[in-house]
Amino acid sequence: MWHNLAQLPRYRGLIHSLVARELKARYRGSILGFFWSFVNPLMLLLIYNFVFTYLLANRTEGIQPYALFMFAGLLPWTWFSSALNESAGVLISGGNLIKKVLFPAEVLPIVSVLANMVHFFLGLPILAAFLIWFQHVPDLADLAWFPVVILVQLVFTTGLALLLSALTVHFRDIRDLLANVLTFWFFATPIIYAYTQFREYKFWFDINPFTHLAISYQELLFFNGPFGHWRWLVALGVASVGLFLAGYWVFDRLRDSFAEAV
Amino acid sequence: MIAEGAPAAITLDGVGKIYRRYGGRQFSTLKSALLSGSLVRNLQPSETFTALDDVSFVVPAGSTFGVIGRNGSGKSTALKLVAGITKPTSGRVAVNGRVSALIELGAGFHPEISGRENVFINGIMLGLTKREIQKRFDEIVEFAELTEFIDAPVKAYSSGMYMRLGFSVAIHVDPDVLLVDEVLAVGDEGFTHKCLDKFGEFKRRGKTILLVTHSLSLVERFCDEAVWLDAGRTRAQGDPKRVVGAYVTDVERQEERFLAATDARAREEAGEGTRQADAGPLDAGEAAANMFQAGEGRWGSGGVEISHVTLLNDQGQATHVFHTGEPATLRLQVNASRAVQDFVFGIGIFSADGVCVYGTNTEIDDHLADSLQGSAEVRLEIEALDLVEGTYKLDVAVHKRDGAPYDYHRLLYTFRVKSRVKDTGIYRPRHRWSFSGGVRLRHKA
Repeated sequence: MWHNLAQLPRYRGLIHSLVARELKARYRGSILGFFWSFVNPLMLLLIYNFVFTYLLANRTEGIQPYALFMFAGLLPWTWFSSALNESAGVLISGGNLIKKVLFPAEVLPIVSVLANMVHFFLGLPILAAFLIWFQHVPDLADLAWFPVVILVQLVFTTGLALLLSALTVHFRDIRDLLANVLTFWFFATPIIYAYTQFREYKFWFDINPFTHLAISYQELLFFNGPFGHWRWLVALGVASVGLFLAGYWVFDRLRDSFAEAV
Repeated sequence: MIAEGAPAAITLDGVGKIYRRYGGRQFSTLKSALLSGSLVRNLQPSETFTALDDVSFVVPAGSTFGVIGRNGSGKSTALKLVAGITKPTSGRVAVNGRVSALIELGAGFHPEISGRENVFINGIMLGLTKREIQKRFDEIVEFAELTEFIDAPVKAYSSGMYMRLGFSVAIHVDPDVLLVDEVLAVGDEGFTHKCLDKFGEFKRRGKTILLVTHSLSLVERFCDEAVWLDAGRTRAQGDPKRVVGAYVTDVERQEERFLAATDARAREEAGEGTRQADAGPLDAGEAAANMFQAGEGRWGSGGVEISHVTLLNDQGQATHVFHTGEPATLRLQVNASRAVQDFVFGIGIFSADGVCVYGTNTEIDDHLADSLQGSAEVRLEIEALDLVEGTYKLDVAVHKRDGAPYDYHRLLYTFRVKSRVKDTGIYRPRHRWSFSGGVRLRHKA
């Protein structure tokens, strides 16, 4: 395992070009092309803003403007859930590579995670624009934590992606199961509501890893004031490294079976 | 030739590969696996399939090594083991140097992006750096004959273009060891020649090639050594001519068994029960028309019966497989329940697509019937079976002079003619070329 893990940096070039290919291929043939990466989150935000300001007006104290609050958590969630959904099937759809070419299979789920991370990054300018529009300028000193949050989410997501992609080869049910689990997970995480609204569920929020990512994003981008959630974030960071190693271990153990079972 | 004692480029040492059949477990789900705690145990195979069993060979660096065998004999598995795509269950596989495998051409191509971008990504997948690809890019595109189309998305390519590009990238990886799995059928004649030339160039530059193919002539012409795998085991190894010879002999033996079984089945289907009494006399034209319409079968009025039909080779052994130009004997065992004076024995040879290659009977050949009673044997000796390679079917019959059949066996017997010469048509006249004047040809070695 350690030997294979040490090889990972050597696949930089491969990962880089596969991520680039993924992004290019996604919009190839469409008129707006790459611009969609901006348009999609923009539309999403506009729609949410309309719905939650005029139709289902959410006037909960402390999380106004609501659309902006929600968007701060939704953008990273979209990265997380799309990355997992994609990586669950990525070894199966990339079966040709695994069966016919000597190819480091772990590259495939990693590419899924990274490609979705790029989409997340492309959504950030939209978020920034709206923050300025609503004159909701976050604390610049706190923003130093922002890359840390992203890094923790990256490690956490990659660990899960490795685990899921390897297991899905043997248990195809995971793909369908996952879609439902993610829907549940989404509502169990304080993204469309603030965790302060449901104090009685504190325990459940605390054991949900994505809670701490969502709260971190919200505290950094939406709420003013000091970033108070950093201890949780660091703890999650440590746990994520463990998860990544565990995910990689399972992946490595099952690696030899991929070419036959895909 | 390869110098003795050249270092090994590929070593297989007692290699076995057992595939697990996960098939039975297809519907066992994660839930049940988790509930019964058998997640790990379930990954253990219940049924296995041995693809390779104790296979050993060494390919010296700089040599070209052929692997032949029937479908499912383990050739491709051996290649995948050498490529490192799968791991052996037992034994050891060692490879020295950079490997490039021409197994699935263009396996990593993405249909939506251009040929140019795909070349880069495919090259990186195969282990090149961006700079190396940049340097070889023009050569790759030119070799694939895709200069005009390189900026079109790959989904617009024909399958030939797709394969050519895949082949071109793989071969320009410039490996020390090239693994080739039956990919020479990628293009038209011209491209195939280019590929062969490229292999030749590889050989001259002292690179190692492991070639898995069904093209035996390629192995004979191209390889320094060959191995014949059969059901995962090594059947023969060494000089390609000898190995190919042994393989061909075995294939013929298999075909023989297969044809014998086919014949037996055809006869069974056309058995006694379906025999139709064919009353009225047929004129020649009508009979001929029937000949071309009727499928296989057996009919006649009875009285005289052809009980056994056997094809014999020059050693007098029953066979279904002949080589072009070999002598052949057709033996009919006949039984007449009552004495008859009006009888003619006839045979017809048909090609697989139903063309009558030759037909004759005793009357045409000036043998006039006197009497036939009890059991008898009729032999037709063919001095040389000058047919090109193919499968042929036989009609045999005994009938009256006016054509009314006693016993007609329509296309019930099959034999195969094999030839090392790939000439075409049906009939192979004995021939020889000669040249004079301002023309010179060389005989191929």
